[in-house]
Amino acid sequence: MTTTCKSAPVLKERGQREVFCGLTGIIWLHRKMQDAFFLVVGSRTCAHLLQSAAGVMIFAEPRFGTAILEEKDLAGMADANEELDREVARLLARRPDIRQLFLVGSCPSEVIKLDLTRAAERLSAEHGPAVRVLNFSGSGIETTFTQGEDACLASMVPALPQTEAADLLLVGALPDVVEDQALSLLAQIGLKGVRCLPGKRAELDPAVGPNTRFALTQPFLGDTHAALVRRGAQHIAAPFPFGAEGTTLWLKAVAAAFGIAPEVVDQVTAAPRARAEKAIAAAATTLRGKSIFFLPDSQLEIPLARFLVRECGMTAIEIGTPYLHSDLHNPDLDLIPAGPTISEGQDVDLQLDRVRAARPDLTVCGLGLANPLEAEGLSTKWAIELVFTPVHFYEQAGDLAALFARPLRRRATLRGQHPNMMEAAE
Amino acid sequence: MKLAVWTYEGPPHVGAMRVATAMRDLHMVLHAPQGDTYADLLFTMIERRNHRPPVSYTTFQARDLGADTAGLFMQSARDAHARFQPQALLVAASCTAELIQDDPGGLAETMGLPVPVIPLELPSYQRKENFGCDEAFLQLCRALAKPRARTERVTCNILGPTALGFRHRDDLAEITGLLSEMGIEVNVAAPMGASPADITRMGAAHFNVLLYPETAESAARWCEKELGQPFTRTIPIGANATREFINEVRTLSGSTLAVDDSRLRQPWWAASVDSTYLTGKRVFLFGDGTHVMAAAKVARDEMGFEVCGMGCYNREQARPLRALAREFGLEALITDDYLEVEAAIEQTAPEMILGTQMERHIGKRLGIPCAVISAPVHVQDFPARYSPQMGFEGANVLFDTWVHPLVMGLEEHLLTMFREDFEFHDAAGPSHHGGKAQPLPQSTPAAHAAAAEGGSMPPPAASLPAALPSLDTIVWLTCAERELKKIPFFVRGKARRNTEKFAVEKGLHEISVDTLYEAKAHYAR
Repeated sequence: MTTTCKSAPVLKERGQREVFCGLTGIIWLHRKMQDAFFLVVGSRTCAHLLQSAAGVMIFAEPRFGTAILEEKDLAGMADANEELDREVARLLARRPDIRQLFLVGSCPSEVIKLDLTRAAERLSAEHGPAVRVLNFSGSGIETTFTQGEDACLASMVPALPQTEAADLLLVGALPDVVEDQALSLLAQIGLKGVRCLPGKRAELDPAVGPNTRFALTQPFLGDTHAALVRRGAQHIAAPFPFGAEGTTLWLKAVAAAFGIAPEVVDQVTAAPRARAEKAIAAAATTLRGKSIFFLPDSQLEIPLARFLVRECGMTAIEIGTPYLHSDLHNPDLDLIPAGPTISEGQDVDLQLDRVRAARPDLTVCGLGLANPLEAEGLSTKWAIELVFTPVHFYEQAGDLAALFARPLRRRATLRGQHPNMMEAAE
Repeated sequence: MKLAVWTYEGPPHVGAMRVATAMRDLHMVLHAPQGDTYADLLFTMIERRNHRPPVSYTTFQARDLGADTAGLFMQSARDAHARFQPQALLVAASCTAELIQDDPGGLAETMGLPVPVIPLELPSYQRKENFGCDEAFLQLCRALAKPRARTERVTCNILGPTALGFRHRDDLAEITGLLSEMGIEVNVAAPMGASPADITRMGAAHFNVLLYPETAESAARWCEKELGQPFTRTIPIGANATREFINEVRTLSGSTLAVDDSRLRQPWWAASVDSTYLTGKRVFLFGDGTHVMAAAKVARDEMGFEVCGMGCYNREQARPLRALAREFGLEALITDDYLEVEAAIEQTAPEMILGTQMERHIGKRLGIPCAVISAPVHVQDFPARYSPQMGFEGANVLFDTWVHPLVMGLEEHLLTMFREDFEFHDAAGPSHHGGKAQPLPQSTPAAHAAAAEGGSMPPPAASLPAALPSLDTIVWLTCAERELKKIPFFVRGKARRNTEKFAVEKGLHEISVDTLYEAKAHYAR
């Protein structure tokens, strides 16, 4: 029996982290939940981050904003709460379509211990039942990038209605097209009445109870997992649905939990699986035999590495993740043959030293590092694109592989043109 | 507490990073939580820099707060010095670190690092990005620049260009070239391209050229007082201002060399008959104070536009901008709330906006063309080509850039003549901007019938409300509304506004086709 990365030692590092904070999740969550507004209680830095991370400014009335703390708010707490109530009242008057308001904690609001849980209760009493006010923290002192979505979904769990039904719950904010595909596949294997968290609108949020079984579609939902377990729901452990193999294993695990035979899954998925394998094969011709280095970013690193190693023939040198949730990541780790370094956390200068020593064919990293590494002649893949692009399940498996192949194809196309790689081309 | 959706300026520590990133052999240690590293991508993505900004972030977490964040800071400072070997170290706190009061400056002082350590006080809850630039550069000068013997030949320093500035890279090249033609060598240009060692040499220059008051006015004033260096007040944006700048430099330097202005094409481009259609185009200006004040003069005096509104987001420039606006017969809009700017633009209904990337989006929403004249910047504001705003080439660039969003002269005439051509109608937009003209929807007989009911005759006076008309209560009759739609989109806003104003002045409650044309005659120029 070959050993896998599940039993590999984990390199734990702490130092400078080149990652976004959890506030970034608001960029996709506010589009996913169409009656929700995300009000960050923070500083000008928070507002600037959201604006910069959004890249292109979404001027179509974004359903998020920042209540910027000012000098006078820092002087006395009672004042800050009154100010918050006033801003919320003004916001809700201007946006009567809002049904869910998330007060989002930030580094400054955490440090001055502004109690947003109490503020949410107070504001719920004032503006409910028309508007439900919840709170979570997206602060950089507590959350990394995708953990913001985790904190948001976890904050919704205690407020979900109770049920005794033995339903399936899908957890994770997926692009609408992907969610529809997932529901359709599940319906074909005999699972009807599947609900999703988050719902597109507040009234579509699922009920949960001791007979609920839930499957995660994103690997970064550790707190949401714990909150659902506290409600008595049962987790269906599975590799994540990336690539043809990952999607099939995920569907089979879900099917098994509901007593459906794997043959049913094989039969239903034969055609989309074949399509996915064909599409992956096209991109894999570029990826096969190439090495890849993941810097920690979205917590998607482990399942994506599994996909690239097993289905695209790549070699992983290091798989970095901001946090390693073994409960969630073990099924994927167990599929990756031992070899790559598994690292958790970051000391960016030390990690870049390792990148430069290994000179991988492809480095997956954040936007702050991509151009500097490209300038050193290393091909990169922006990690944030993996979060903003539909990449789950069969029909997107080819797109997912193509996202990694594109930088390599581009490098090949511009061969001899790169200003820092002239000699390499000769 | 103030609700913000989009911001014109980042926090002050981002301003300090713009100074540090523009320089060489300088490093900055920023006491900050994880997530603040997002600022790196501004430089590596928007500006396409091929190096990480020279900034180490201490990356403290919640669990550190009860423990030793000060120790973490000192470790980061030691590591940064060991790894990067800078000539000087800036130390600062971001908004969160400001709250935990570790005093990075004091801590760094006790560490005995073998290079100058320059602490920055950046009050995140009061000030903004431009302040951060200005303050960081001032503190660098105070710490490093000392009076020293003047160079034998007349030299100057150029102050102000930073990373992420609006065309700073090309302005610096253009002005360096202009000064060279005048026989004046640049002693130090800073922050862009300078090292801390260069800052120590600044005292050797005879005078300073201040390009951007937003980022370097405090430093210029400090140099004037402590190093005895006068500085230029004219911002050389536009042909007139460039000539004025040359005169100012001649006074400060004694240079008498002629400057070759044969490559200045803007004045003839503006005077040639093709540009007649630019006459009196109503433009609204918004951006940083310096660029708006300069652009207002160029718009009025060199392009023949009518400036119908102006404002800036940086309060530091409010006073001079208000004064200039009064000179233009306007009231300046000083705000950093983009919703207020949008409302002002909507109300003024200009034919063009000269603004920032924010106003570009406002223009897109309102269907008003916009050219960008100021930060905040976007990846498009860093073109591969040479594209200064300053000097003679800058004047040429302004002409091209400001005319580009407009419908061209003959095209404008054709649109006016054949307003309802199904392919070449006004909603298709300027023909040189790509995009696809959508065929006009064919109007149905029912629509024609409904429109006919409007008639051009006002209804009987008896049905009129007794109250005096106002802009809010005035009603457009269907026929007048239809006639208004025949007016090309680039003047429709003005026509609507003028007609309503005219109707209110005449005490009319409703606007008919006649009212529309009476107003047109009234405002004819």
